[in-house]
Amino acid sequence: MDTPALPRTHYLNAEYGLKSWLLTTDHKRIGLLFLGAISLFFILGGIFAGLIRLELLTPPGDLVSDDTYNKLFTMHGIVMIFMFLIPSIPAVMGNFFVPIMIGARDLAFPRLNLLSWYVFMAGGLFTLYAIVTGGVDTGWTFYTPFSTMSSHSNVMTAAIGIFIMGFSSILNGLNFIVTIHTMRAPGMTWFRMPLFLWAMYATSLINVLGTPVLAVTLFAVALERAFHMGIFDPAYGGDPILFQHLFWFYSHPAVYIMILPAMGVVSELVAAFSRKTIFGYRFVAFSSLAIAVFGFLVWGHHMFVAGMSVYAAMIFSVLSFLVAVPSAVKVFNWTATLYKGSISYQTPMLYAFGFIGLFTVGGLTGLFLASLGVDVHVTDTYFVVAHFHYIMVGGAIMGYLGGIHYWWPKITGRMYPDIWGRVAAVVIFLGFNLTFFPQFVLGYMGMPRRYHAYPPEFQALNVLSTAGASVMGIGYLIPVIYLVWSLKHGAIAGNNPWGAKGLEWTIPSPPPTFNFDKTPVVTEPAYAYETRETKRG
Amino acid sequence: MADTLHDPALKHHFDDLGQQHEAATLGMWVFLATEMLFFGGLFTAYMLYRIWYPETFGAASRTLDLTLGTVNTIVLITSSLTMALAVHAAAAGKRRKLMMFLGITMVLGAVFLAIKGIEYYQKFEEHHIPGLGFHFEGAAPERANLFFSLYFAMTGLHALHMIIGLGVMTVMLVMAARGRFSARWNTPIEISGLYWHFVDIIWIFLFPLLYLVDRHR
Repeated sequence: MDTPALPRTHYLNAEYGLKSWLLTTDHKRIGLLFLGAISLFFILGGIFAGLIRLELLTPPGDLVSDDTYNKLFTMHGIVMIFMFLIPSIPAVMGNFFVPIMIGARDLAFPRLNLLSWYVFMAGGLFTLYAIVTGGVDTGWTFYTPFSTMSSHSNVMTAAIGIFIMGFSSILNGLNFIVTIHTMRAPGMTWFRMPLFLWAMYATSLINVLGTPVLAVTLFAVALERAFHMGIFDPAYGGDPILFQHLFWFYSHPAVYIMILPAMGVVSELVAAFSRKTIFGYRFVAFSSLAIAVFGFLVWGHHMFVAGMSVYAAMIFSVLSFLVAVPSAVKVFNWTATLYKGSISYQTPMLYAFGFIGLFTVGGLTGLFLASLGVDVHVTDTYFVVAHFHYIMVGGAIMGYLGGIHYWWPKITGRMYPDIWGRVAAVVIFLGFNLTFFPQFVLGYMGMPRRYHAYPPEFQALNVLSTAGASVMGIGYLIPVIYLVWSLKHGAIAGNNPWGAKGLEWTIPSPPPTFNFDKTPVVTEPAYAYETRETKRG
Repeated sequence: MADTLHDPALKHHFDDLGQQHEAATLGMWVFLATEMLFFGGLFTAYMLYRIWYPETFGAASRTLDLTLGTVNTIVLITSSLTMALAVHAAAAGKRRKLMMFLGITMVLGAVFLAIKGIEYYQKFEEHHIPGLGFHFEGAAPERANLFFSLYFAMTGLHALHMIIGLGVMTVMLVMAARGRFSARWNTPIEISGLYWHFVDIIWIFLFPLLYLVDRHR
């Protein structure tokens, strides 16, 4: 056995200095730039969440005023969705691994890639400016006419910030689509691609086709505030509901921008840690595309109580049920992959298990909300809040952390202490459920969302939820500590610490600047693990 | 291929010029798909309110200058023709012809913007600009306000795309003057052409929707 050592030169030590980072066109460094930025935004969004939960510890609105509370949940939503979840996996792990996993030296447009980081930061700073100079109180959804006529908060600045950040997603999606189409290494056919890439491709389609609609909608909100153009104003014959249609045309698919990449990560994890090829590879691949396509046809289910014809509502309801089919295909296929696999319970795999369970709960409660009758009962209650946090936190963030833990050795060249990784994964899982499961019950009992005070009979469950949030906060803190620790003190990882398949594990950790010394030739499908059957020949 | 390996136009991360060309072209098409959805939001809003308020939208539409609009449509279609000829000249490696057609395209684009400016000025004089002392003779002036809001938002965005297009063409002209294009490599000209035609097509939809929609009365 050879003693592993870090490679002599790699992308991290090829060049030094601030300039070598701020002007880099290396997709790996740009991925790390995004990692730094969104980690800070995640902490900021987490602080807002902590304040919300602290206020809700007691029934009366005693910690913050109602106005401040409105701003807290708005900024929690804006920061977490637009500044963390939307870019999270694509901008960090997608940037880092899409070219490597298809055997390319970089993304198709490296300079556009760097631009997308600057655009993201510019939009992020705009939004931060809106936050520190007084905040926004419209909810992350910017519903009209409140956002266009009544709100005195920094709607304009925040909308401009989100408008700008949108172009970052578009550039990112455009780059991935073109890269996957044109830059696959010889032998890397579409159906040999790791499923993470299929997920990235589907996500990119949504980024490219959905984001511009959000952009033009926020553009209209800005015009409305500045010039009273009347598009969303009934006094001019405009319709505030049109805003909701346009907004959700992007923002529902945006949920899939968050969850599809996590599904891609989970596919990698399940295969790598059960040492088996994914059961029904093509079904999982096409289910990503199906989710992206169906995702564009279901936005109306956010508007069942907003004034919509009953026939439109029925159609949106049926279409929303349809999205469950490709989602379930994935869950069943991951489960079937585990069957007779040699499963190891290392940290990334614990996150994958967490994802599968929590996503299933989130997805099934989504079906409650797609049913017209139940939805009318629980609209704007904590049931909805719990549902989408099961998808976004239980799903997307579990996938994100799983991916970070899986690829950390490749990114940094060093291992983290697996035992602490497992402890953190379990703490996060328990804390998450303690936070959000009570909210299903609260919502079903009728506790509305977005109020800073509530009747005393809801207190017990709210205390549980706040306690869970503290546990979850500690759970998120542990990885920060050991991952930073590992940068200097972690064991040397070597090329392939997990014994996983995939081109990224054939090159040194950390990879050299141009990834491959010579273009690799792919001769086998993804996840070609040796099983008892193949060993026997 | 040995001769493409050291081609100055070939970026390090591509294997050959063919791959680079394919990537750039696909990138532009994907970008145009984004653009289509970007305009799509406003088109949706326009269609909705046009169906809801056909009378007012018709009356407001009839105040637009049909002659100038028609002239502008012709100018823009002609510029698309000269753009296509520029791409053709680039593919044939004819530098002078390429520069000439790029120049004509830019002049036509500038003429379009100038005429648009005249139209905007007319609207200003008629007090038809929402937010600037808007006044409309006829029933439901607030809905006419809605029509003109959409008119200025849509044609304004289109004009912004024209201005960006003129900037792109300037860069192309300078690159062509420096002899950067050859029959073998002229991808930037080709994808700039795609963009130009796209902006043209947006107008082809804007013109009937905004100007012609109620002229039959």
